[in-house]
Amino acid sequence: MLDMAVEGPKLLMLLYGVIGFFAIVGLLLLALDKVSGRRDRWVALGFLTPALLLVTIGLVIPAIRTFIFSFMDADSSDFVGLDNYAWIFTQPETRKVLGNTALWVVLVPTVATTVGLVYAVVVDRAKFEGLAKSLIFMPMAISFVGAGIIWKFVYAYRDPEVADKQIGLLSQVVVWLGMKPANWLLEPPWNTLFLIVVLVWIQAGFAMVILSAAIKAIPAEITEAARIDGVTPWQMFWRVTVPSIRPALVVVVVTISIASLKLFDIVRTMTGGRFDTNVLAHEMYVQAFDSYDDGRGSALAVFLFLLVTPIVFYQVRQFRKRRQEAM
Amino acid sequence: MSTVPVPVAEPATAVGRVRKRLTSRTASAISLVIALIWTVPTLGLFISSFRPEADIKTNGWWNFFTDPKVTLDNYQDVLFGTSGSSGRLATYFINSLVITIPSVLFPVAFCALAAYALAWTKFKGRDWIYVAIFALQIVPIQMALVPLLQFFNIFALEDEGSFVQIWFAHTCFAIPLGVFLLHNFMSELPGDIIEAARVDGASHARIFRQVVLPLIVPALASFAIFQFLWVWNDLLVALVFVPGADSTPLTVRLAELAGTRGNDWQRLTSGAFVSIIIPLIVFLSLQRYFVRGLLAGSVKG
Repeated sequence: MLDMAVEGPKLLMLLYGVIGFFAIVGLLLLALDKVSGRRDRWVALGFLTPALLLVTIGLVIPAIRTFIFSFMDADSSDFVGLDNYAWIFTQPETRKVLGNTALWVVLVPTVATTVGLVYAVVVDRAKFEGLAKSLIFMPMAISFVGAGIIWKFVYAYRDPEVADKQIGLLSQVVVWLGMKPANWLLEPPWNTLFLIVVLVWIQAGFAMVILSAAIKAIPAEITEAARIDGVTPWQMFWRVTVPSIRPALVVVVVTISIASLKLFDIVRTMTGGRFDTNVLAHEMYVQAFDSYDDGRGSALAVFLFLLVTPIVFYQVRQFRKRRQEAM
Repeated sequence: MSTVPVPVAEPATAVGRVRKRLTSRTASAISLVIALIWTVPTLGLFISSFRPEADIKTNGWWNFFTDPKVTLDNYQDVLFGTSGSSGRLATYFINSLVITIPSVLFPVAFCALAAYALAWTKFKGRDWIYVAIFALQIVPIQMALVPLLQFFNIFALEDEGSFVQIWFAHTCFAIPLGVFLLHNFMSELPGDIIEAARVDGASHARIFRQVVLPLIVPALASFAIFQFLWVWNDLLVALVFVPGADSTPLTVRLAELAGTRGNDWQRLTSGAFVSIIIPLIVFLSLQRYFVRGLLAGSVKG
């Protein structure tokens, strides 16, 4: 059973945390009440201070420092110019990492979005639509670690020479089909594809929910008009549905691309980055926290940042456009 | 793929009807296959976690249907077992709770305050601050890990104190998304209500508490669920900011078990389920709010 001598202090800490929360928020609201000035500026400052302070300490300053570290050596004592970046692009191992990451970023968004879209279309207004959607959506609640273990179990392999029965579903299905199972997670390049399946499995639900909502928002007159014109379901899909939900499609693809780019947990849990399955975000962790090379780790982080930057600009532009339209 | 034959009006003939039935049948088949692939792996894990160790390790979980043997030993062992290899997940479960609860409360409060200021007060540079916070969403947390850890080392927090570190880190990382989500909801509140309260002489603090807060409870709920799932399921932030092996959350412990004891399926299956069950309950009972949050965050955004 639980040892209260160990758990006690932790639960006490939780209590402190919750009390601290109510104390801070309470004091803040009280202080804001006192700022009675008619000028919005000072009140706004009060409302914004905690958030601005936290993003400054937790994100802005660290990001700047990481940027600087990326030009320095392992313990950030000397400047080494672009050496860390040169290392990313010249070593065979890191090139492999870049190649794998590219594979993730291409495959996960396309496959997950396709599956999510197809499923959203086929279950739309079907019987049990709610239940059917919940099933696909459920993996969203499961941690990447949990999903990693679920799929590691699917991929479990036992050498047929030694063991007569398979315990992994994939191996067994292959046996049923009359073929020989393989040690799925050990053999490159296929093992990366088997890992990619896991993220697709998680992200398809997200794609499905967003796209399903977009499909339901298509004005009924449009689909009615198309139906009266006698289009086939296939034409309906390509000529009516897809063009109508384009903005949602873009959002889904962009969001899943970013998630794939930053993927860490699945590789960490399932292969630990070995057997040629390493990816950018995992290599960043290995360099910074296993090898204690802050220079290389930071350079990888900055590279990751540069890869997602174009998406920031795109989204900010969309935001401003919408603001202008609203005014 | 996108090239489609020139549309020909479908004749309402027998052929047309057959084709229609075929397509609906293909549709059902497709949805069935997808639904199976998306549920069977979890089902297999769930069934396995209740099978005796000897069975799990020698034959597949599908044999359960012909030879049903059920035991709770795996859960007993993985949660409370005292041997070094057993997992002791009960204590890590508590760690996950201690980490998660404050890491949800703080960002929800701070983001609500900030979102209110950005939506309903008027001052120069407001839009710029909003765009800046919004843009920070895309800064990968990898950019912050090394320097933030150095920052925490200044304070040298130890033992239970180190929980403060991870609360702080999770709170910082949550703010860009939280402000964005709550701002979306808040800016859509009817302006006349707030204007009327202003005219009556109510301060912003009072309007926030008495007018706005009750109206945005659904939005707070969806952000809180997001943050809960994110923190509970997080591996990276915990690996970096939880120093002691005794304070790590479930995810870290499970990833470790998967790495070092990859063939102890009786522990991995039950352990994975222990980590999944809480988010699954939260998710299934509050799915409505979660979906609403997703839609607000990505489509309207």
